[in-house]
Amino acid sequence: MKTGVLADDRIMLRHGAGGRAMRRLIEESFCRAFAMEPELPAGVIGLSAMDDGAAVRIGDEWLVLTTDSHVIHPVFFPGGDIGRLSISGTVNDLAMMGATEVLGLTCSVIIEEGFPAADLERILASMHQACEEAHARVITGDTKVMGKGEIDGIVINTTGIGLTSTLIRDCGLTAGDRLIVTGTLGDHGMAIMATRHGLALEGPLLSDVAPINGLIHKVLSDYAESVTAMKDPTRGGLASALHEMAAKGNVGIIIDEAALPVRPAVRAVSELVGVDPMLVANEGKAVIGVRQGATDAVLAALRSHPLGKDAAIIGLCTADRPGMLVLDTGFGRRLLAEPEGEPLPRIC
Amino acid sequence: MNPLDFRDPVRANELASALARDVAAIGRAPVSIMHVCGSHEQAIARFGLRASLPRDLNVIMGPGCPVCITDMPEIDEGIALALHGVRVATYGDMLRVPGSAGSLADARAAGARIDTVYSVSQAVDLARETKEEVVFFATGFETTAVATAAVILGTPPPNFSVLSAHKYIPPVMEIVAEMPGSRVEGFLAAGHAASITGWGIFEPFVKRHRIPVVVGGFEPLDILAALVRLVEMIRDGEPGVANMFPRCVTREGNRNALEQLWRVFRPIGGRWRGIAHIPNGNLRLRDEFAWVDARKRFTIDVASLWQQAPSSLVRQCICGNIMSGIASPADCPLFGRECTPESPVGACMVSSEGTCKIWHQYGGVLDLRGTTNDVCPRCVTRDNERGVA
Repeated sequence: MKTGVLADDRIMLRHGAGGRAMRRLIEESFCRAFAMEPELPAGVIGLSAMDDGAAVRIGDEWLVLTTDSHVIHPVFFPGGDIGRLSISGTVNDLAMMGATEVLGLTCSVIIEEGFPAADLERILASMHQACEEAHARVITGDTKVMGKGEIDGIVINTTGIGLTSTLIRDCGLTAGDRLIVTGTLGDHGMAIMATRHGLALEGPLLSDVAPINGLIHKVLSDYAESVTAMKDPTRGGLASALHEMAAKGNVGIIIDEAALPVRPAVRAVSELVGVDPMLVANEGKAVIGVRQGATDAVLAALRSHPLGKDAAIIGLCTADRPGMLVLDTGFGRRLLAEPEGEPLPRIC
Repeated sequence: MNPLDFRDPVRANELASALARDVAAIGRAPVSIMHVCGSHEQAIARFGLRASLPRDLNVIMGPGCPVCITDMPEIDEGIALALHGVRVATYGDMLRVPGSAGSLADARAAGARIDTVYSVSQAVDLARETKEEVVFFATGFETTAVATAAVILGTPPPNFSVLSAHKYIPPVMEIVAEMPGSRVEGFLAAGHAASITGWGIFEPFVKRHRIPVVVGGFEPLDILAALVRLVEMIRDGEPGVANMFPRCVTREGNRNALEQLWRVFRPIGGRWRGIAHIPNGNLRLRDEFAWVDARKRFTIDVASLWQQAPSSLVRQCICGNIMSGIASPADCPLFGRECTPESPVGACMVSSEGTCKIWHQYGGVLDLRGTTNDVCPRCVTRDNERGVA
């Protein structure tokens, strides 16, 4: 019996959904293909670390490098668009490794023939706005146009570099650490799902897409020593991010379900479509591992920033059951499984 | 009462303590309670209730998934009809359930016309929109059978008929209670089914088997309260029927629905997949409804499907023992490895009501009993507001 990703003859959507299937594709295909002898020298954190980006030691500092290609349907969605997403995604990946000040961004765009010029203008204006919020700028780029039907609308790749003196990894959790999320969960994923399935709802349901390097800077400027790990729970949601952090840090994680900040509108869609808010993407949030003694101070620092006002302590790390996520529901406990692929709504 | 009152962790804690006390008072272990409903299992797994139960109390899911217990020859009938050119409408869960040679999904891939519907009335709508023969492949317990009965009594279009694989729960409780190897000491009965049949229907069973039956709802507190009542009756050696879902269930049930159910259907014996022959366990259309009975209307040739032997993986599948309550998914060598929701081996991993699918969705087989007090995230989040207003 064939196992692993190549048990499938073809790449399926779940191989890009941020869950277990995607991790296996990267590990078994990309990491293997790009592995070279000799191994990476000290002072370089590369592909095999499977972190949010790479880091290269330069003197006393680390140069952080990350890249991300953005595709989303629809291109304009409640709370944002592909332009805002493409800047925020890369800025946030840099921030997750500690590089909260962006040295520069690239912007590489592939556009389908026939794409409305007005839409492109709107996307670019949105990128400009996000850059201003992130105090970042695009310093080089590339443009390609492909024939009608050869690509779906527009694809935007951005790459970012930043410098930091304190490198934060997603593998640094230790037993006793507390876990903090910087705000409400599931907003982006549920907004997209509601839009795609035409769910008309009372009350606003908006994507949270935003650059959060300013928010993270606020924490790191005073408490960098107390932050043990950081990750942005994008595709695959909080469940995927925590699974990865638990496995890399070799700790167990206990999550207090009642403490998870979730907006009522997100909760409503979640119940309606039968998809847990912990399994869908956030595009303006981070999950931060914090040493026990600094928890309250970090929480206060986050809450003093507009993007962190809903920050909450959601759980803790244990030496027991390394790699596993235990969800305390208030009525009992169960394991929280690592999502395999894209969660499918009950209705479609 | 506000529905959220049934999700009060403080009261849940009190009920869990009562359970621990009462199970200890019984003085032998384990005490096994069976429920027969996918929705109960969903709630138990979703809220992690098993982790709060005393070690000496087993709550097991019996044959509570109607899709899972639909027997292979019944699936074969649906496939044969579809391959014969009839449009078959059925619930989405049924598509991937393996028959003797493949599933309805396989038949569809081979060109058969199979429509997924959410209700029997949607199948009727489909028949109204077309001149083709539409067969509703009807599965489900008495809860869904009443809907099928109502539609049949409501003069459906002439090109509509029903292939009934409906099942009736009370008889299977008798079989499970008598099964060698089963040590079921109490039944948690499904509240929604009892809202139709009434709780009085369990009285003869209790008299015959001296096993208590408690009707329970589907919120965490409903389930815990029903378990407490069951354990009390086991402790006191006084089996009876108790209704712990009085906001929906009466002694008599829904008389109109029952009258319609028995006017249209008659109980006959038949095999439930993986379990046994269940006397009176299958619901078939009465002769006066032959005009809407697909078995009377068409010649269904299933024998031609019975050439292939099941694969070796299927032979290792222990779905039958799981549905009989003799084994749990933790005992299955295939669970989570060869058998996953993406590529299911047995019916229990196919249906959203199936034990294995539910366990897989909610984290797997690890027993977390006794861990609820080892570290307390609630202490960690003591000064942390609950959610966002």
